[in-house]
Amino acid sequence: MAAPAVKQDPLEARLSTLSAPKGAAWAEEARAEARSRLAASGLPGRRDEYWKFTDPTSLNQPDAPRAAVFATDEAMPFSDVDRLKIVFVDGVFDAEASDDLSMAGVEIERLSDALNRDIHWARDLFGVLEERGQTPVVRPHAALNTAFASDGIVIHATGRAPKPISLIYLHKSEASDAMLHHLVKVEPGAEVTVLENGPAAARFSKVTEVEVADTGRFHHVRAQGRDHERRASTHMFARLGANATYKSFTLTVNGVLTRNEQVVELVGDDSTVHIAGAAVGDAAYGAFHHDDTVFVTHDAVNCESRQVFKKVMRNGAEGVFQGKILVKPDAQKTDGYQISQSLLLDDDSVFQAKPELEIYADDVQCSHGSTTGAIDEDALFYLRSRGVPEDIATDLMVLAFLAEAIEEIEDEGLRADILARLQGWLDRRRG
Amino acid sequence: MSAVETEVREGVDRETVETVQAMGGKYKYGWETEIEMDYAPKGVNESIVRLISEKNGEPEWMTDWRMQAFKRWKLMAEPEWAMVHYPPIDYQDQYYYAKPKSMAEKPKSLDEVDPKLLATYEKLGIPLKEQMILAGVEGADEAPAEGRKVAVDAVFDSVSVGTTFQKELEEAGVIFCSISEAIQKHPELVKKYLGSVVPITDNFFATLNSAVFSDGSFVYVPPGVRCPMELSTYFRINAENTGQFERTLIIADKGSYVSYLEGCTAPQRDTHQLHAAVVELVALEDAEIKYSTVQNWYPGDEEGRGGIYNFVTKRADCRGDRSKVMWTQVETGSAITWKYPSCILRGNDSQGEFYSIAIANNMQQADTGTKMVHLGKNTKSRIVSKGISAGKAQNTYRGLVSMHPKAKNGRNYTQCDSLLIGDQCGAHTVPYIEVKNNSARVEHEATTSKVDDDQLFYCRQRGMDEEQAVALVVNGFCKEVLQALPMEFAMEAQQLVAISLEGSVG
Repeated sequence: MAAPAVKQDPLEARLSTLSAPKGAAWAEEARAEARSRLAASGLPGRRDEYWKFTDPTSLNQPDAPRAAVFATDEAMPFSDVDRLKIVFVDGVFDAEASDDLSMAGVEIERLSDALNRDIHWARDLFGVLEERGQTPVVRPHAALNTAFASDGIVIHATGRAPKPISLIYLHKSEASDAMLHHLVKVEPGAEVTVLENGPAAARFSKVTEVEVADTGRFHHVRAQGRDHERRASTHMFARLGANATYKSFTLTVNGVLTRNEQVVELVGDDSTVHIAGAAVGDAAYGAFHHDDTVFVTHDAVNCESRQVFKKVMRNGAEGVFQGKILVKPDAQKTDGYQISQSLLLDDDSVFQAKPELEIYADDVQCSHGSTTGAIDEDALFYLRSRGVPEDIATDLMVLAFLAEAIEEIEDEGLRADILARLQGWLDRRRG
Repeated sequence: MSAVETEVREGVDRETVETVQAMGGKYKYGWETEIEMDYAPKGVNESIVRLISEKNGEPEWMTDWRMQAFKRWKLMAEPEWAMVHYPPIDYQDQYYYAKPKSMAEKPKSLDEVDPKLLATYEKLGIPLKEQMILAGVEGADEAPAEGRKVAVDAVFDSVSVGTTFQKELEEAGVIFCSISEAIQKHPELVKKYLGSVVPITDNFFATLNSAVFSDGSFVYVPPGVRCPMELSTYFRINAENTGQFERTLIIADKGSYVSYLEGCTAPQRDTHQLHAAVVELVALEDAEIKYSTVQNWYPGDEEGRGGIYNFVTKRADCRGDRSKVMWTQVETGSAITWKYPSCILRGNDSQGEFYSIAIANNMQQADTGTKMVHLGKNTKSRIVSKGISAGKAQNTYRGLVSMHPKAKNGRNYTQCDSLLIGDQCGAHTVPYIEVKNNSARVEHEATTSKVDDDQLFYCRQRGMDEEQAVALVVNGFCKEVLQALPMEFAMEAQQLVAISLEGSVG
């Protein structure tokens, strides 16, 4: 025990650069509990089953690896959408750049404000879903976030929000290491849409805890990208009551490392969860590694879950999908569906997948599919024989391939916006 | 009403409860042969490893090989990643070597084999002696044989008791004998191939096997030879508290073909028994190996008492171009099954296939699947896995499909279907897919469902009773795999599927 440490423990090293934020007694307690969860689990390593395909080293290390700010005059996503803007610069709330936080049907405040109040509903949510999401698989970066994130946004939807709440993450400093923690509570019958976009920081850690009460509806559309050297580890933890809806879509382009985890628990009957993602990676502009890790737990009767993930990889880009549907005993009449597909545009690109089913109820319909392959030569030939140049034909097929995931976005305007992003990205690469 | 209180809804579930109660008496091979055994002392240590080697009269290189494995094993930890749960195994509380006393002097032919032993195999439906006589009779070759001939190597606890049809096989140039005999008679082949597919450092159970394996089968098919009959090994665990560690090595030289069958049974006991086998297959250029298993070790009773812990490492190396290996397995027995017959597709244009039916009932736990590692160009693999869970059993498919950067035009198709019978069992799918080149095409599909009500209704409408209807549906569910089995096993497997599920359905 007394042997001198040759190498500092990675967790110790990480913690040495962080200081615990102050808050109300209950908030400090929640953070202390998160710290002990983290102490128990340690930081993930390459040998951990859930990090088999993604190297967590750069997410673990004390200082964020530097990331250049990508200069572009391209408009940010959702620019044409009528929305309530909330801006964070390198992980810090920017009141001036943000809209006024008041809106009918929702109460919005800063996390630090909510966590400073002795009595606040956030007490029942902050760190609570994150903790539930730690079993059966530990998610140390999420616990780290709960323990140390000081900023974020707290949304309480009590009615139907008239327009989406748009979280914009700007990246200005090359060495920024940002941590944000959001809370969303959707009351019965309420409905809210949350948009997220922007590179956020050189290294970005984000946790969102979403509680959707009976008959509540939560929509989420995210566009991650821009900076090639950025790194992100994000978690969405959600719990759904009866007849509730949770729909999330993520578009990812660019980024040396992105790990998006979604952990959703269905505890009320007749609920619906749809999680979709489209990722296009081109490692010609710097390494690209994208990891979607999804865990859906059915713990109620007659619920539906859908996971649709599509990835297009080129020039040595790496795509990862780890998805799980867990159906607990008595979660009868479950309809679980999961598809992960990848299109590899060249020989250097990689796709690794682990689509899992764990089922303890008999009256269920669960299926998953996973395919990987190159572009269909026959289809390409068909297009070319009709005069479509090869690069345009390829892009057409890429768009067609991604369509199934993009169609998961319910709102037409948002869908069109995402499609335009994607089109723009492809066009720029075609030159 | 018994202690098993399950929610009894209509149809399926009540029947499940009944099966759970009835299954205890269903295991046909639960009896035990009273025979005097020669045991090595309990436990495993260097002197036991030496003793096993000595008892088999092995040359020094073999003893060294075992010692190396044992040294390694002491440093290893039991794997925990599988979805199986069992109390810790005391590796020192087992016998690692048990041999029928009558086998102290190796019999020259089957005629000298203890009749009790032969009776055991006859009871299991494996007529060693008759076949031997048939083979021994002059002109037997011309006599119209009843059905196809199968050469059998029978392994009783730790030792091979006899191999049939040796003469006829010898004429064809095929070597089929126990591995202990092969170490004596064909050391060059054993030295060259043993451990070349599953190295002694491979995994906890394989390493233990490398140190303490006592016997098993050895097959060598020379270039261009099509093995004239099916080869078969029949494993029987009889002695109590004895681990069985057999080692099988099959080499199909260039352009040869062999079909190999394996069957296993064990007596019904309250204590768990360990079985950790290693099977290595080597297919050289243009060679083809078919390996079929009907695994029916004692599964334990309805409370989960007793049963075999089956921790098996099976791997094939498709070393030569255009070689082909086909694994077919019907896993109905064992308290715990931990088994992943795999193919290393090294040769260009080589092919690997895996067909599996895994049935878990009562308290059984099965974690089984395959690995298809594509290294060569134009390699193909196909995986069809059917898992059926009933009672309180847990059934997991775990598999890996890996396309290496050089595996151009690799092709894989995987289909995993799970069927749940009853609301207390579990069915899980854990596939790993790693694709590192874009000319490879990988497809994976999995479904989990219960026996379809519409299909049942359709059958019942036409006058079938519920049990018949479910049997028909389940049979249809397994059909693709049953069809892949050789004739001899297909019938047995079909019956096994029926027995294993009898009453639990419909």
